[in-house]
Amino acid sequence: MFTNPAKKWFILPAAVFLVAVIALAGCPGTTGGEDGLSGSFSIIGSNTVTPLSSVWAEEFMKVNPGVSIAVSGPGSGAGIASLINGTTDICQASRLIKQKEIEQAQANGVEPYEIQVATDALSVVVNPSNPVSELTIVQLSAIYTNQITNWKEVGGNDAPIVVISRDTNSGTHVFFKEHVVQMASLPSEDTSLEYGSKVLFLPSTKEGVDEVARNTNAIFYPGLGYVTGAVKPLAIKATADTPGVLPSVETALDGSYPIARPLLFYTNGEPASAIKAFIDYCLSAEGQAKVSEVGYVPLP
Amino acid sequence: MLGQQVTVATAEAGPDKGLRRRWRLGEKFIEGWIFLAGLLVIVVLLGIIALLLKEGLPIFLDTPPWEFFFGTKWYPVSEPPTFGIMPFFVSTLWVTLVATAISVPVGVACAAYLAEVAPDKVRETVKPIIELLAGIPSVVMGFIGLMLLSPLVQSTFNLNTGLCGLSAGIMLALMSLPIIVSVSEDALRAVPDQFRQASYALGATRWETIIHVSIPAALSGITAAVMLGVGRAIGETMTVLMVAGGALAMPVSPTEPMMPMTAAIASGIGNAVRGGLQYQALFAIGLVLFILTLAVNVIADRVLERQRRKFAR
Repeated sequence: MFTNPAKKWFILPAAVFLVAVIALAGCPGTTGGEDGLSGSFSIIGSNTVTPLSSVWAEEFMKVNPGVSIAVSGPGSGAGIASLINGTTDICQASRLIKQKEIEQAQANGVEPYEIQVATDALSVVVNPSNPVSELTIVQLSAIYTNQITNWKEVGGNDAPIVVISRDTNSGTHVFFKEHVVQMASLPSEDTSLEYGSKVLFLPSTKEGVDEVARNTNAIFYPGLGYVTGAVKPLAIKATADTPGVLPSVETALDGSYPIARPLLFYTNGEPASAIKAFIDYCLSAEGQAKVSEVGYVPLP
Repeated sequence: MLGQQVTVATAEAGPDKGLRRRWRLGEKFIEGWIFLAGLLVIVVLLGIIALLLKEGLPIFLDTPPWEFFFGTKWYPVSEPPTFGIMPFFVSTLWVTLVATAISVPVGVACAAYLAEVAPDKVRETVKPIIELLAGIPSVVMGFIGLMLLSPLVQSTFNLNTGLCGLSAGIMLALMSLPIIVSVSEDALRAVPDQFRQASYALGATRWETIIHVSIPAALSGITAAVMLGVGRAIGETMTVLMVAGGALAMPVSPTEPMMPMTAAIASGIGNAVRGGLQYQALFAIGLVLFILTLAVNVIADRVLERQRRKFAR
């Protein structure tokens, strides 16, 4: 109960002081260290790599009960940002780190160290009732930039195309933009192309696959591990003259499938102790056997 | 006030000075405690404002405000990046408009029924159930929108996809309904019974009484309820992220996929490097959102205050 008006002027400075105290207390200062095979570390990044990392982490923790591993998959971009900000030990990524990100990391005292752990074939899927069964990269680019908006322009029904993409958190988003939308490695490459404004950006790969399973006019690009019986993968033609190739472990391995990409781990400097043991396990024959089980392509 | 009276009583009753001092100390302690608790809220609010300004304003060094607010292209991960938030702003308006258009008539009608028509027993059962609706987590509402509502909206309106502003707006209407019903019902019940008695005495029917007496008398309270509902709809994130579709085009109708401001922040903040341009741009969107909801809430508060004064005795 304040009857004394003289106290009122005191509130604002007091509030400012408390703000300062909280701001100081909130400064990041503590980073967890790990010692020996009893540490705990986190893997943050690609939504695509998550199913694989989760299996690896589970198996590794079974053998090394002292180690605890936390896996989360907000997207490659998010994972790389975490690595730069020092909030994750391993970043899982489905695209290469950009030069600009390396510079940002170095400015923060983080030295990104790259390890390829598997390969993924990016499948392009449509609803099973869609008669279209193959597309060229150029057609895909035109679809994703909204230049082609009707399925009949690519040999399908007279129906509008519902174009679905992952949001910008996703490494798949960036990889697909560079290799399909902007047609990298084709003579028609054009780095000024962007996803069209009518493209739906969804927050998870699963949601995109679900929408394609429901929506007869939708198209989406999940990783091989996410393809279910409810959607139909398209055969992809690098150019109009080459034969269409369906995504599979074999076609990705022999290089005939045009939209394949590396799945990567990034650490701060060369990994050590528990993290090194974990990555060694991932790269071992046993770990690589899990890769095919989850639906990705093991390292040669 | 009770504490003071007791203090006085003990002072009069006996010469026990120790007890008196203890009372005073306790009083001081509790006073200080309440003061600090009140202060904390102000501190948190100031802290949020300071953070939003500090992280968000630097974007205007890169993108002039004109381009930022009225630009229609949002490519945060391209080289060079472009930041224009107009489509997000318009999306938020569409979604909120749909939500309000559905939740206000339904909510006010429901409140009028509960306050004026329903027997006590019905009101006592129905009101807590409606308020329970407010407790459903927004991600669950998102699931419902994704699985049940969006296919329905798609087939009903013959759309390309059910993931659109309309679906999101309908879900938001369901989410702001409890607030609107609850606050409007309170406002209607605060209308003195003499008003109704006088209306009936003049020969008005119950319908005429509700429309011409009760609702106008409670109008400021109902307006506040609507504003609170609108505030909820503007700020809701998870549901719109899941259901609204997330297209970057400027939406010209609510049946198009769109990305409201909250969804734009949620879907972009994960990969934004602290201090980077995208990070600053997202905080600037947060600032716009904050100002918008703050304005709505302040208006609601003012109106509600007016309602209270009107019937204060």
